[in-house]
Amino acid sequence: MMARRLLHWIDERFPLSKVWNEHMAQYYAPKNFNLWYFFGSLGLLVLVLQIVTGIFLTMHYKPDSALAFASVEYIMRDVPWGWLMRYMHSTGASLFFVVVYLHMFRALLYGSYRAPRELLWILGMVIFIALMAEAFMGYLLPWGNMSYWGAQVIISLFGAIPWIGEGLAEWIRGDFVVSDATLNRFFAFHVIALPLALCFLVYLHIVALHKVGSNNPDGIEIKENKGADGRPVDGIPFHPYYTVKDIVGALVFLIIFCIIVFFVPDMGGWFLERANFEPANPLQTPPDIVPLWYFTPYYSILRAFTYPFLGVEAKLWGVIFMGLSILAPFFLPWLDRSPVKSMRYRGWMSKWALGAFVVAFVVLGYMGTKNPGNTDLFWFQNVRWAQIGTVFYFAYFVLMPFYSKWDKTRPPPERVR
Amino acid sequence: MRRTLALAALCIAGAALTAAPARASGTGGAELDAVHIDLGDRAALQRGAKLFINYCLSCHSASYMRYNRLGRDLGISDELIKKNLLFAGSQAGDLMVTTMPAEDSEKWFGVAPPDLSLTGRSRGAEWLYTYLRSFYIDDGAPSGWNNKLFENVAMPHVLYELQGVQRPVLGAEEEVMEGRLVTVEKIESFELVRPGKLTPAEYDRAVSDLTHYMVYMAEPAQLRRYTVGFWVVVFLLLLLAPAWLLKKEYWKDVR
Repeated sequence: MMARRLLHWIDERFPLSKVWNEHMAQYYAPKNFNLWYFFGSLGLLVLVLQIVTGIFLTMHYKPDSALAFASVEYIMRDVPWGWLMRYMHSTGASLFFVVVYLHMFRALLYGSYRAPRELLWILGMVIFIALMAEAFMGYLLPWGNMSYWGAQVIISLFGAIPWIGEGLAEWIRGDFVVSDATLNRFFAFHVIALPLALCFLVYLHIVALHKVGSNNPDGIEIKENKGADGRPVDGIPFHPYYTVKDIVGALVFLIIFCIIVFFVPDMGGWFLERANFEPANPLQTPPDIVPLWYFTPYYSILRAFTYPFLGVEAKLWGVIFMGLSILAPFFLPWLDRSPVKSMRYRGWMSKWALGAFVVAFVVLGYMGTKNPGNTDLFWFQNVRWAQIGTVFYFAYFVLMPFYSKWDKTRPPPERVR
Repeated sequence: MRRTLALAALCIAGAALTAAPARASGTGGAELDAVHIDLGDRAALQRGAKLFINYCLSCHSASYMRYNRLGRDLGISDELIKKNLLFAGSQAGDLMVTTMPAEDSEKWFGVAPPDLSLTGRSRGAEWLYTYLRSFYIDDGAPSGWNNKLFENVAMPHVLYELQGVQRPVLGAEEEVMEGRLVTVEKIESFELVRPGKLTPAEYDRAVSDLTHYMVYMAEPAQLRRYTVGFWVVVFLLLLLAPAWLLKKEYWKDVR
């Protein structure tokens, strides 16, 4: 009784029940979501984990090139449970990309980027780019030697842009080399500017999602099939059905997350690199400068260009194509000409194209961690594999208007299965 | 379709995991000797700590490590630490900093001895174990010592009174250099020319103890991490059961 009166009092002044109903209790989601549909809510969970652990790390971290490295060790040793906060944050960063990559793959698989969800997809891509910036800047903060040299290499890429390049790189660093000035501004971006932007973008992403409604594995619109009560017959209220389901997903995710955090926090060098346990040293380059795994597919594309062409030096081609590789997915809604959305009803061409794209992405990612001159896979040098991967990566996008149109599709069902 | 995709996801995850150890190396291809590290072996950690303080701390610092943290983790009381490990005027909570001024050591060795707090992580256990067993006598080197793993290292063989003095046994090896087959002389093994206080087996154990300690010191939280982690995962697994049943209950009426 008391609670009802309080709710009424609030509803008179703030649309609490209305928002709850519109977005949870009376928001209808397709009933046929499968495993791939866990990764959206998991992304939200990781975002919250990163913000909360980040707040605790910020309490003890010192954004000063003379103190940063030692302050991280102080967190690891002297701050009660500091090691847990730090490992949750570093593991969270990598798993954020795992979750986001799988979330994006789901969109490719079921055509979730297709009309009317173009804006939802574009907002998601902007989130992805903001997340890359967030991760890149956060990686400098421990001020280890790989942090330092990674930032040095990536920022110097801007130097390849004709005329303005050198000035631009200097403007980003705030100095001629990566230094205290760079560390301070990266800290500002990492702890406030980008997280604010990310939260706002995620809010827009969800607003856009709830306007158009979720896609589903069959790629058909449940809103086109409504019952007498005006509700989609294949829809179920998000709450309680998907809240209880997502709790199960969150727990399974947390179990994997905790196994990494407590038992293998550096994941054999994939999540925390050995060279980063040495303080930044501008005079000593690590033997192999490689970014963390989630950037390596793009890093591979950057390094795949080894010949000058049309009077443009190889490095600039690399930078251009790395930029294009990140921008290409933006255009998917207009590149895809298939009459159906979901891969379930597409023919062999689309299936093989997506399969080749995934393999190319993994090969590019692997090659990005290796010395280009070595031969770590069979037959070719690593750089050759990176070039093959780059061709397949771009072919997926460039050829999509053709294969998606020519591909023989099956008619999707009227109702979800 | 669904099954193929699940299979593909599994393959990718599997490939990523099998490729994982490849990332951990960084030794330039040198062969490292295996050493088994068991941080539950408190006696080894204590012996290693003693070696570290007696032999390493004279020149190197471990400036992120506190004496009383070591005491708490390895079961040594503050009184014992004060009596046996500290210099006059130091506190049990002090950081393990060497008394040798960095400027002097740089003058003497050509390079300031690096801080060792994190070497157990940045180099790894096998590297440390191999390195400390690879010193040999070399008249050409400034200190009179050289190291097979870390050639021309500035550090002399500090543990020689324990190990004794060893001499390299050279062997010819064929190698491809710039497309041509050349014969190069390489160190095949070592020969003990003057025994130390310890037998070779005892020395290996002492170095293993020291490596244990340095691996611990690089991340003291390791001693707690596994135990806490076990209970956290057990708790989450227990929570998973009612969460699963709740989901099943709600979804009964979804057709």
